Amino acid sequence: MKVLIAKPGLDGHDRGAKVVAHALRDAGFEVVYTGLKRTPEEIIAEAIQEDVDVVGLSILSGAHLPLTRRVIEGLRAAGADDIHVVVGGTIPPRDVEPLKALGASAVFPMGTPLTDIVVAFKAGREVKP
Amino acid sequence: MRDVKLNAGISVKPSYGPEDLDGVDVARDVGRPGEFPFTRGIHAAMYRERLWTMRQYIGFGTPAETNARFKHLMAHGQDALNVAFDLPTQLGLDSDDPRAEGEVGRVGMAVDTLADMEEAFAGIPLDRVSVSLTINGMAAPITAMYYAVAERQGVAADRVVTTPQNDILKEFVARGTWVYPVEPSLRLVADLIEFSARRYPRSNPVSVCGYHIREAGCTTAQEMAYGLAIAAAYVELMLARGMTVDEFAPRISFNFTCWGKIFEEVAKFRAGRRLYARMMRERFGAQNPKSCMFRSLIGGGGSAFTVQEPENNIVRGAYIALAAALSGAQTMALPTYDEAYTIPSAKAQLIALRTMQICAEESGAADTADPLGGSYYVEALTNAMEVLIVEELAAVERMGGIVEAVRSGALQAEVARQAYVHERKLAAGETPKVAVNCHVGEGAAEADRDVALYTSDAKVAEAQVAKLARVRRERDGRAVAGALRQLGDEARGTANLMPAIVECVTAYATLGEINRALKDVFGEHKEPVKF
Repeated sequence: MKVLIAKPGLDGHDRGAKVVAHALRDAGFEVVYTGLKRTPEEIIAEAIQEDVDVVGLSILSGAHLPLTRRVIEGLRAAGADDIHVVVGGTIPPRDVEPLKALGASAVFPMGTPLTDIVVAFKAGREVKP
Repeated sequence: MRDVKLNAGISVKPSYGPEDLDGVDVARDVGRPGEFPFTRGIHAAMYRERLWTMRQYIGFGTPAETNARFKHLMAHGQDALNVAFDLPTQLGLDSDDPRAEGEVGRVGMAVDTLADMEEAFAGIPLDRVSVSLTINGMAAPITAMYYAVAERQGVAADRVVTTPQNDILKEFVARGTWVYPVEPSLRLVADLIEFSARRYPRSNPVSVCGYHIREAGCTTAQEMAYGLAIAAAYVELMLARGMTVDEFAPRISFNFTCWGKIFEEVAKFRAGRRLYARMMRERFGAQNPKSCMFRSLIGGGGSAFTVQEPENNIVRGAYIALAAALSGAQTMALPTYDEAYTIPSAKAQLIALRTMQICAEESGAADTADPLGGSYYVEALTNAMEVLIVEELAAVERMGGIVEAVRSGALQAEVARQAYVHERKLAAGETPKVAVNCHVGEGAAEADRDVALYTSDAKVAEAQVAKLARVRRERDGRAVAGALRQLGDEARGTANLMPAIVECVTAYATLGEINRALKDVFGEHKEPVKF
C-alpha cells in the first residue's frame, strides 16, 4: 500500500507530517512526502502520478476546510476518486464531521495517538467515503 | 531503581556531590554573573536591576484588530510587543493572491503595504516600546516598513528598538517561511543586519532561533548546537562584508525554548552562554564584552502543551516561566494554555502574562542571579551539556557545515528522526505526559474537546483586500514602478538592497510586488524533501 503525505497551503510546520510518514514507513507502507507549501493541484497530480492508495493531508494553519475540499474535488474531477483522503493537524473537533462530509475517509484531530493513525491508514482501503 | 535519562540522553544519578566537580576551574568556567564567560548570566545583578521583558506573541486579523489587542495587553502591564504575521505576509503574498485564500489574518496579522503597519502601530509610541517582528523570509521589507512608521512618528533612528527575527537558516529547517534559495536568502539577512547596525544602533537585526528547531523535534543539546552554528554562520557572513565583529555582534540576540526538564534547560543555557562567549572571543576576536553575551528570549514551546485537559497547560506554563527565569532569560514569552488547539484567546493571553508576573513578583526566582549556580547537579549537568553541544556542533561540521546541512536537507532529516524518536517514547510511556500517557482520567477525552476556539472571520480577508485595492488606487503608480525596477536592478548586482526596499515600501509598493521583483532575480528555493 502506498501513501502520499502532503502539506497543502502555506503552513510550514511539518513535524507531524514527517512523524506520521516515519510511522507509516515503519508499519510497512510505501511513503512519499510532498514537502511544504504544495497547491491542491500539485498534490492531486503527484497522487495520481505516484499511484497512491491514500493521501494524508497535514494542515495546521486552520485552513483545512477549503484545502481539503479542493483536493477531494480535484481527485474526483480527475477520475481518481478511488484514492482515499485523510486529514490531520490542528483540526477542531467541530470540523471533523464537515471534513467527512466533504469526503475525507478519516480525520485525526490534535491529540490523536500515532498508533490510531497507522490503524486508520491500514483500514483506508476498506473505508469508503 | 528507576533509570532517568534527560532529553539530551544524559543519565541522571540519584545524587550529586563534590566529586562531580572534579577538575572544574570555577573562576575560569563558572565565574560570576555578568563576567566572561557569562555561564551564570550576562548581568551582575540580573533581575534586581532589570526584570525580564514580557513579550507575548500576538497578531491576528486586520492590523486594526491587532492594534487593539496590543493596547489591551499593554494596559495590563506587558511592556513590549511581539508581532505575529499571517502566512501570506510571511511568504510575501498579497491578501488578494489566490494562494492566500483562507489564510488572510488567520495565524497573525495581515500586512500588504506600509498603510497596514501604520495602522498596526497607531497610538503606540515606538520610541518607548520595543517591538519584536516574527518575520524571516520577508524580514527586509517588513522591517523597512517598521522603520518608515517610526520615522513618520517622528522617532529618531537611535531610539528605535526592534527585533526582526530575520533568521532564515532555521526557517529552512523548521517553520518553512523561506522563499528564495539559500544564498540570496542569506544575502537579505546580511543586508538587514548591516543596514540596521549602521543606521539603527539599538535594533537587534537578527534573532537566532533554536526554538523552532527544537519544536520541530531536535534534542536540547541539538537546539543549542544548531543555534550556535547558525549564529556563527551569520557572523562569518558579516565579517566577509568587511564589518568588524564588534560593529554588529553586540546586537545579535537569540530565541530559545525551555519546556523540558527544568535543570536540563538551565544547564543548556549555562553551557550555551559559555560556548558562545568563548566562540565570539576566541574564534571571531571580539573585544567588546557585549559581543560575547548570549542575550536570549527564553520561552515555552507549544509542543509541551496538550489538548487533553488543557487547563493543565497553565500549570506547565508556570514551570516553563520558572525554568526561563532560572535560565537567565532577558525576555520571556509563554505559550497559552489553548495553544494546542487554537489561536490564543484574549483570556489565555492574559493568564500567560499573569503567569510571568507571578513568577517575577511572588516566586522569588528573580531575587538573585543564577540561584542554581554552585549546585553540584547543575554545575555537573552544565559541563555534561557542554560536551554534548560540542559533539553536535561537530556533527554539523560533518554534514558540511550548517549552510550545507540545510541546503542538502541532512539537518532536516536528523530533526525529523528525533521527532519520531520522541513520539515513540511518548507512545511507549517512556516520556511521561500527565493525562496523555499516565494518570489518564476516565471519560475525560470527550469533555476536553469541548473548548472555545478562535473563529476566523471571512470579513477580515474582505476588509484587507478592499484596503489593498484602495492603496493601489491612491498611490503614485509611476513611483512604485520606478522603485520596483530599481530594486530588481540592484538585486542583480551586489549592493545592499535595504535602501531600494525602503524606497519601494515608502512608495506603498505591496509586499507581493517587492517579493516578485526579488523572486524574478533570485528564483525560488527547491526544498530537499527528506524525512
